[in-house]
Amino acid sequence: MSNTQAQAEQEEIDLSQANEIIDKYINMKGALMPVLQEVQEAYGYLPEDCVQLIAERLNVYPSQIYGVMTFYAQFHLEPRGKYIIRVCMGTACHVKGAGRIADTLSNRLGIGHAETTEDLKFTVEHVACIGACGMAPVIMVNDATYGSMSVQKMEEVVKKYQGMD
Amino acid sequence: MAEKAEELRVLICQGTGGLASGAQAVEDAFRAEFEKHGVEGKVGKRCTVVGTGCRGLCANDVLVDICIPGQEAVTYDFVKPELVTQIVEEHILKGEVVAKKKAGPYYNKFLEKQMRVVFSRCGTIDAESLDDFLAHEGFTGIKKAVKMKPQEVIDEVKKSGLRGRGGGGFPTGVKWGFCAASPGDDKYLICNADEGDPGAFMDRSILEGDPYGLIEGMMIAAYAIGCKNGYVYVRAEYPLAIQRLQKAIDVCYEKGFLGKDCMGLGFDFDLKIKAGAGAFVCGEETALMASIEGERGMPRPRPPFPAVRGLWTKPTNINNVETFANVSFIFYKGADWYSSIGTEGTKGTKIFALTGKIKHTGLVEVPAGITMREVIYDVCGGILNNRKFKAVQAGGPSGGCLPGEAIDAQVDYDSLIKAGAMMGSGGLVVMDETTCMVDIARFFLNFTRAESCGKCVPCRIGLKNMLDILERITEGHGREGDIELLEDMCVDIKKASLCGLGQTAPNPVLSTIRYFRDEYEAHIKDQRCPSNSCKALLKFEVIEEACKKCGLCYKICPVDAIKWEKGEVAIIDKEKCTECTSCYDACRFMAIE
Ligand SMILES: Cc1cc2nc3c(=O)[nH]c(=O)nc-3n(C[C@H](O)[C@H](O)[C@H](O)COP(=O)(O)O)c2cc1C
Ligand code: SF4
Ligand code: SF4
Ligand code: FES
Ligand code: FES
Repeated sequence: MSNTQAQAEQEEIDLSQANEIIDKYINMKGALMPVLQEVQEAYGYLPEDCVQLIAERLNVYPSQIYGVMTFYAQFHLEPRGKYIIRVCMGTACHVKGAGRIADTLSNRLGIGHAETTEDLKFTVEHVACIGACGMAPVIMVNDATYGSMSVQKMEEVVKKYQGMD
Repeated sequence: MAEKAEELRVLICQGTGGLASGAQAVEDAFRAEFEKHGVEGKVGKRCTVVGTGCRGLCANDVLVDICIPGQEAVTYDFVKPELVTQIVEEHILKGEVVAKKKAGPYYNKFLEKQMRVVFSRCGTIDAESLDDFLAHEGFTGIKKAVKMKPQEVIDEVKKSGLRGRGGGGFPTGVKWGFCAASPGDDKYLICNADEGDPGAFMDRSILEGDPYGLIEGMMIAAYAIGCKNGYVYVRAEYPLAIQRLQKAIDVCYEKGFLGKDCMGLGFDFDLKIKAGAGAFVCGEETALMASIEGERGMPRPRPPFPAVRGLWTKPTNINNVETFANVSFIFYKGADWYSSIGTEGTKGTKIFALTGKIKHTGLVEVPAGITMREVIYDVCGGILNNRKFKAVQAGGPSGGCLPGEAIDAQVDYDSLIKAGAMMGSGGLVVMDETTCMVDIARFFLNFTRAESCGKCVPCRIGLKNMLDILERITEGHGREGDIELLEDMCVDIKKASLCGLGQTAPNPVLSTIRYFRDEYEAHIKDQRCPSNSCKALLKFEVIEEACKKCGLCYKICPVDAIKWEKGEVAIIDKEKCTECTSCYDACRFMAIE
């Protein structure tokens, strides 16, 4: 994923990466979504300066871009943590006690859905389904999937990532 | 399967479940052992380690098949790297199966009543290998199709009786016919791989386990309808699926199977992946097209139908992943063969995702028309912890909950609708006596309310109001008349909403009221949750008479709030208890309330 969260704290944002991404899509129909997706991947979130740049270069109103960004769960306007913990709240996971897993996690990290710890280490997200329902309840940390979670296992996973930098 | 292969093959499940359970480490261990023992020399054959897609029984991953030529394949489950040494030394080198570690008899039962057609390659071949695909009928369907006229291809699909697997069950051949008949040469083909339905993951397994099969199905459709451009809209939450499909598409371009003059068959077809961005409503076809166009994924009124005016105003045909995957098999084996499977109204097989309180959660493919009981008990081993079966939720947020009495219902489009649920994409969530039906209704409403695009007032505001009422009820503040009010609102929202989301969102509420009205009444009149699941109404006390003194709750409590000694009734210390409900779930005797 991204390793630029730390830079996000600085005021100046280097727009060259965003420019390159826009170059790639500028002549494509329906360019807005892939541009937003790639810019977000590069920067970890969608900084305001990038949004302005995209608006100018793709010739759309910033309001339209914000309309799209706020519609989809995937886009983020704020810097996010290094480890994104996705807790599945889908049906299968709900029936198998996902609520309990989410509560434990929130207690441990002191943050709830869509929040980021102050040290920018963790972001927690409650999501609709990870698609690994056979192993419910499921969580994901960045791209790693953890199945058959219990309160105890949750503690272990959190500890593991807390120990990493 | 691969029993007859000339080489010795080790099939390792590397679907999402397999990888989450450590399949990579298992693969590495096999390679290392092969190296260490010089296995190829000793057995005199090429030994290939193959990463396959999902086998359907993800809860028992890592699943490994050892296929030795001339012998039946042997399946091991819960394989860890430590076990690999033993398998290689005893089974592969000495020919003695490690009997103790073999998947138990349940695995044969799991497969017995299934009919794996669409899944026949998934879990048995290397998903990323074009050669494996070609060796298993791959691209023979499209070769047959291009020998027919496009209209004949459409007729063949009509004759097969295939109905769309994305939820609505519309006859696929008829749909193709509409788009083919639309004027103009510029047409689009879309594969709907949004799979927003929580609890369903069959599309994901197909994408991960047999991506070429999907591409072939789309090529057949493109040829029949006359589409030159195709998109696969995959939800962003499926990184592995996107990666495998992209690889398959790249290989197809390289070999000239896609692009200009596909395989030299005389037609052009370009295929791209479009990653979704996390909105359930984007599974609705008009919203999905808006999303590809780079807008908010909001549904549009129909007509005009996509077949007339779709993506970028051009005629567009949109089908589900499983639908396209079925198409390939119709052309391998013929429409007559296909329509000989299933029931009068539902032909072929259907893949179900069984989750919840069931022993063997997983993906099963069965001929349409077998009963829910067979699927739940015979294929999936029955209810977890031998608890009592209470209900099954079919069809996701658009479907309904069926009670125990409905367990003999057949699984096909028409029987399920008659019973008050629907097939939907095929998610079946099994519930036992610890699941509260009011809470389940609340759960679904919470989901659909959050996912409503907000275009229609009844859907946007009505669902929110209904959710408020349901929340009140589960917290013990229900009022006289709430049930009737809910029923009224359901009917109105269904009638007044623009798209399928609003039109079906009330279904879980309606069906739970229909079959479990007494649970609603217990919450409202007695502030009691009969299945002891609504947290606000739980007392966190051990019922002395019911407690079998087993100590399970004591072992599970994460904060040591339970006092228990061998042979004693457990006691919960309410000061320490964080009300996490772990103990409640763990108790097999319903002794905690
Ligand atoms: C809110 C909503 C969500 C939907 N989600 C999906 C989905 O995730 N996948 C899918 O294939 N169809 C979904 N559908 C159904 C599609 O709109 C469409 O009917 C289907 O893709 C057609 O394919 P088929 O004819 O092969 O079934 C959804 C419909 C609605 C109203
Ligand atoms: S019914 Fe709901 S989701 Fe569908 S268009 Fe209306 S507001 Fe949007
Ligand atoms: S609810 Fe949770 S914290 Fe309370 S006694 Fe049970 S297991 Fe322990
Ligand atoms: S419901 Fe949790 S992974 Fe699907
Ligand atoms: S992912 Fe391995 S069986 Fe499903």
